[in-house]
Amino acid sequence: MMAHVTAPASNQTTRNGAAEAIHVENLHKKFGQLHVLKGVSLSARDGEVVAIIGGSGSGKSTLLRCINCLENPTSGIIRVNGEEIKLKADSHGHTVPADRRQIERIRSRLGMVFQNFNLWSHMTLLENVIEVPVHVLGVKRDEAVAQAEKLLARVGLGEKRDVYPAYLSGGQQQRAAIARALAINPRVMLFDEPTSALDPELVGEVLKVIGDLAREGRTMVLVTHEMKFAREVATHVIYLYNGLVEEEGPPEQIFGAPKSERLKQFIRNIG
Amino acid sequence: MSGDAAIEAVARASLWLKPHRIVLILIALALLLGAAFFMRWDWLPQYWEMGLVGLWRSLWILAVTCALGFMIALPVGLAQAAGPIWLAAPAKVFCTIIRGTPLLLQLWLLYYGLGSLFPQYPWIRESWMWPYLRQAWPYGVLALTLSFAGYEGEVMRGAFAGVPRGQLEAARAFGMSRWKIFRRVWLPQAFYRALPTLTGETVLQLKSTPLVATISVIDIFAVSSKVRQDTYLTYEPLLLLALIYMTITGILVLVFSRIEARIPVKVG
Repeated sequence: MMAHVTAPASNQTTRNGAAEAIHVENLHKKFGQLHVLKGVSLSARDGEVVAIIGGSGSGKSTLLRCINCLENPTSGIIRVNGEEIKLKADSHGHTVPADRRQIERIRSRLGMVFQNFNLWSHMTLLENVIEVPVHVLGVKRDEAVAQAEKLLARVGLGEKRDVYPAYLSGGQQQRAAIARALAINPRVMLFDEPTSALDPELVGEVLKVIGDLAREGRTMVLVTHEMKFAREVATHVIYLYNGLVEEEGPPEQIFGAPKSERLKQFIRNIG
Repeated sequence: MSGDAAIEAVARASLWLKPHRIVLILIALALLLGAAFFMRWDWLPQYWEMGLVGLWRSLWILAVTCALGFMIALPVGLAQAAGPIWLAAPAKVFCTIIRGTPLLLQLWLLYYGLGSLFPQYPWIRESWMWPYLRQAWPYGVLALTLSFAGYEGEVMRGAFAGVPRGQLEAARAFGMSRWKIFRRVWLPQAFYRALPTLTGETVLQLKSTPLVATISVIDIFAVSSKVRQDTYLTYEPLLLLALIYMTITGILVLVFSRIEARIPVKVG
């Protein structure tokens, strides 16, 4: 029942030998008395698309947000590109990143896409996309603008570069948010339920963009409720139940031949 | 070409000249003519220059105290919105005291209280500050600055707290440092949120500036009082003074609405 992603026999055959981009080991997260993650491990190698599925409250968003320390894990090991995030206990006994510079550097290489888009509302789309390259990564402004224009065109928003987010539909905002994440040339993309806040008719346009990225070999970790989509694009699926990895494997196995009773029921209910 | 432009201008003017506006313009003209013909303005040439100096003094006191006050308001607001208790508590106390007591009292405490303490210390009398400290205006500027800071600190507290968490979280997720998050996302969004309130507060500050006349700073209000004392005229200088303050207010509102129009709407 416990996760053994570090080197289980089944994984070595099905997963490629590429370098490990994300490595999470025995992660615990408590919110006060609430034990949300109870020892979860996860691994994403270059080019892999890892989908995290599970019911609400299973801890899947928390797991994703622990990877870049938006939530500080209570204990556990997180490695990004082989570099372990240094953690320490603060004066209240909470675990926090020990080295602010390190965590900022690591974050600037992980492109995060949020459920609620979180585009900066006081900036146009173009400004949103060039913000991190120019002000965090030190890219020259005109280079960043040229790249941002390409990225916006790519997600179908080339015409909207000077528009403020408030004037756009949810689907357009989320596609712009994906362009913003791509602009940092991320080693790994982190998607936190990217279509959950969208009207049903807008889900397709966002999934198409994410699907294209997956097919061209982007490494991603994706928390999603879209089972059909997860089955299509994921190379590895993790089913979380109550803060633990209940079952994991390639999508054909998870959706085609689930072993755990809970997963079977979950797929029945949601599908 | 210029004919077309002229026709267009006339057309635009006739569009603007709605009946209610015409009535208002006529009333204003009547008031102006009435004031011009039935009241005494022969004192104007004599006090003209003094009036300009006073007006300039009022304006720079307004500009300086608003600018300095706002700069103090930023840390005061931020401390209350997100600071640790040992910063938030003093900031809260500061705002409460400033907002809880009359500005006139603060001004007099500084001028008659602090101002009368300083001369007792020889090292102050001998310092480079003394030429300033023995004048009245520094106390006026200090009191008005602190007052603006107190009110705006409270406004900025709300504005900082009102910026949606997701906006800051996105900045954090992309590796921005705390200072960068503040400068690039938090402060601009808080400022845009506070701007409509700041317009009103600046206008209020304008109308607080006459209090400096009570500590012998000759601003435009003090000039009008002097005219009244010298000439025994009651209405003329006061009406002109009202017109001046209304004009400044009008300009302030116009300038701020221009700035407001330029910021992205629906921030947050």
